[in-house]
Amino acid sequence: MIAVQQDVTTYALRLGDDALVLAQRLGEWVASAPQLEEDVAMANIGLDLLGQARSLLSYAGSLLEPVRTEDDLAYLRERDWQNAQLVELADDGDFGRCMARLLVFSAWQCELYAALAASRNQTLAAVAGKAAKEVDYHRDHATQWVLRLGDGTAESHTRMQDALYAVWPYVDEVFESDDLVTRLVADGIAVDPASLREPVLDYVADVVERATLTLPTPTVRHSGGRRGVHTEQLGYLLAELQHVARSHPGATW
Amino acid sequence: MVTVATEPTELAELRAIVAEVPDPELPVLTIDDLGVLRDVGADESGRVTVTITPTYCGCPAMDAIADDVRSRLAAAGHADAEVRFVLSPAWTTDWMSESGRRKLLEYGVAPPSPGGAGPVPLTLSVRCPLCGSPDTSELSRFGSTACKALWRCQACREPFDRFKEH
Repeated sequence: MIAVQQDVTTYALRLGDDALVLAQRLGEWVASAPQLEEDVAMANIGLDLLGQARSLLSYAGSLLEPVRTEDDLAYLRERDWQNAQLVELADDGDFGRCMARLLVFSAWQCELYAALAASRNQTLAAVAGKAAKEVDYHRDHATQWVLRLGDGTAESHTRMQDALYAVWPYVDEVFESDDLVTRLVADGIAVDPASLREPVLDYVADVVERATLTLPTPTVRHSGGRRGVHTEQLGYLLAELQHVARSHPGATW
Repeated sequence: MVTVATEPTELAELRAIVAEVPDPELPVLTIDDLGVLRDVGADESGRVTVTITPTYCGCPAMDAIADDVRSRLAAAGHADAEVRFVLSPAWTTDWMSESGRRKLLEYGVAPPSPGGAGPVPLTLSVRCPLCGSPDTSELSRFGSTACKALWRCQACREPFDRFKEH
């Protein structure tokens, strides 16, 4: 029973960290997006993801011994971040890369939450059922932009294609499994990541084709986020995310 | 005397008090109009529990709503009332009351179409809340809050908010 609880805690952390880290990345675009409307869109999508992260991290923290709050986990955790490396990649001001990542990640979240809504774990099922419609809207937004940029000017086409190449080595990780997930899948709690590969890649391939772009062929595959192995870029992201909470412990306003 | 809220009549009165809590971002709507208020109940000791559900996972209005609910119940003699958040069943714009839709329209926000969250996406014309023209178009899929999109009217040329179907 305790082992199952530890597994569920880690699983909730993984999904919560995915949502939190991408929320932070999207927040970086506010006031720097290509259009004013896009500033608002990035903030809104980030806010949805932040809400999902809060529910998932609160739940994970409630299962830990000693109990941790969502803020403890978000602001005071240095190591053991469980997010996939895909969400931590820095956009470096490249809007195409932001949209390429959002397309893949939201397509993945759509399939994940649709299946997780039937989880035997009631909390995970409730979060997934709630978030499913939100991520569908995100996927639609990313789709519109990839179509517009891919099937746009020669310049936007080239840059959108480069963005897909930049993101692609990090896509495979979200379909990977490990012993923990395998145990939770057997218990009817988690979703088998391998089962998401076909529907997610089918969706992305269709958008990529309509956008007159080429789906990259996997060559290098980066992985390790679920084991706490991350790129250098996550460190800078966390420094910014945690700066105020660490500089002013316990501050409220 | 300690107030014990176990009588159905008193629970109905408390529900009426809580139902008047306005949404902080759309103050013409109450949490009852929105379908955010799910339940008002009491345990055997008379402790009142109010159950609310967010419109979107990240809706920042929830904390303000919970504070407002607690302070109104405290004023009614229930200082120990608990506010509980639930995610399931997931909120949908189908839960918005008819009077809520009417109030939104009068406030200048185009209400969501009834039953718009079904499996088949329907494209219904959105009427301008200012002049009533159906000749409108979407400017931005995202708006000033998570639940709204930005539209404009081709007839009167005014921009307006639209409550998204969800």
